Amino acid sequence: MLAAEPGVTRILTGGTDVMVQMRAGLAAPALVVDVKHLTGLRAITPEAGGYRIGAAVPGAVMGEHAGLRALWPGVVEGVELIGSTQVQGRATMAGNLCNGSPAADAVPGLVAADAVVRIMGVDGARDCPVIDIPAGPGRTTLAKGDIVTSIFLPARPARSGDAYLRFTPRSEMDIAVVSAAVSLTLGADGAVTAARVALGAVAPTVLLVDEAAQAIIGTRLDDAALAALAAACSAACRPIDDKRGTVAFRTQVAGVLARRAASIARDRAHSAGDAA
Amino acid sequence: MKTIQVSTTINGDATEFLCGPDESLLDVLRNRLGLTGVKEGCGTGDCGACSVTLDGRLVCSCLVLGAEAEGAQIGTVEGLAQGDRLHPLQQSFIDHAALQCGICTPGILVAAKALLDRNPDPTDTELRYWLAGNLCRCTGYDKIIHAVQAAARTMRETADAQG
Ligand SMILES: Cc1cc2nc3c(=O)[nH]c(=O)nc-3n(C[C@H](O)[C@H](O)[C@H](O)COP(=O)(O)OP(=O)(O)OC[C@H]3O[C@@H](n4cnc5c(N)ncnc54)[C@H](O)[C@@H]3O)c2cc1C
Repeated sequence: MLAAEPGVTRILTGGTDVMVQMRAGLAAPALVVDVKHLTGLRAITPEAGGYRIGAAVPGAVMGEHAGLRALWPGVVEGVELIGSTQVQGRATMAGNLCNGSPAADAVPGLVAADAVVRIMGVDGARDCPVIDIPAGPGRTTLAKGDIVTSIFLPARPARSGDAYLRFTPRSEMDIAVVSAAVSLTLGADGAVTAARVALGAVAPTVLLVDEAAQAIIGTRLDDAALAALAAACSAACRPIDDKRGTVAFRTQVAGVLARRAASIARDRAHSAGDAA
Repeated sequence: MKTIQVSTTINGDATEFLCGPDESLLDVLRNRLGLTGVKEGCGTGDCGACSVTLDGRLVCSCLVLGAEAEGAQIGTVEGLAQGDRLHPLQQSFIDHAALQCGICTPGILVAAKALLDRNPDPTDTELRYWLAGNLCRCTGYDKIIHAVQAAARTMRETADAQG
């Protein structure tokens, strides 16, 4: 149906971007398809030690899921930062990703988590790493007719943790000027054995910063390692200059947030290890 | 443009309406069903004046399509009072002078009720975060917080008395 419509189309999950764009005249779709009622789209399902989150699951439902919060606290905190209570009742992680904003709050956490997006296209279902979806501000690599049906958050080893932080001028109801997500795993000796670091709002798309991960792998996140992580993050930034933040500010704060997120992720990894 | 027929339940009453495919639930409630307690502020989900519950979840009705109400349970401020008896939140807003112009009030009442239904004894911080999506340009919020906390106390006492 979507692929056959020659005009502009929009898939609708929470509608918190679509409705605003329609009202502002930014989008005048000839066809809007509400996918919330497709089977399984509203469910959070345990799978292979991780969770499959249906594309129509709103933020509030993720926030109320104790098992999901325990396994991927950083992903959930990114999702929960989206808008107000009212917006949380509607907004989905899939919509956040597919809307294509470089400042989308759910996306860095998903990239750090190496989440996998399941897409139903005209030729059938396929899986795709989250990092391959964003293509630029307001653009994705999805083809017309592609519907994201779920996002899979994998199982993780013992002693793993993740965290997401953003900088906004106000504490609520604002759009990230810079954001950072870190996911890591510690060995029995407390040294980092695996890490992924993602930055939001500092480039046309979310960035996965390999150099930043390499800077902390093998360390116990001592000051020197954290400083190297921050430097690698700042070096990766290609931000815009606007009234919300200058290039210099975004570049510096990206490093600061990544450093703080890494420390929180480490503390969570320790407590996850204690609980296990 | 074709119209869509929708069957829904509003404040407990089965309701049917016709709406355009791009018509918001806010416009349906106000213009087609006469439920003008639902206010339009920004129309972009920022101010919360149009807050209603949709299957028990607090939402901005300006960000919901009328067609999405099919089969759903909608709650508006009109459903708060029982006949002539105001809901404790409504009474408390009057007693504490927690409103001036009143445009934000219906949305805040619906939002506050949604919180107290889940958490009868919220902290001020929990309450302020919950209401962060309800803007008020008159009161400075303090009286709103006092009014909700006073209503929450009354509601807890009533619940205890009923054991
Ligand atoms: C008041 C307010 C505050 C906000 N605050 C924030 C914030 O703090 N941080 C933030 O990141 N965002 C914020 N947003 C933006 C928005 O709420 C989020 O981007 C949200 O996650 C979008 O999800 P949705 O389900 O509502 O998407 P929708 O509006 O339904 O869809 C968004 C886009 O994704 C496409 N899409 C949706 N679902 C699918 C699917 N299953 N398959 C393929 N394409 C799909 C749609 O066609 C559309 O282009 C805010 C919005 C409002 C109104």
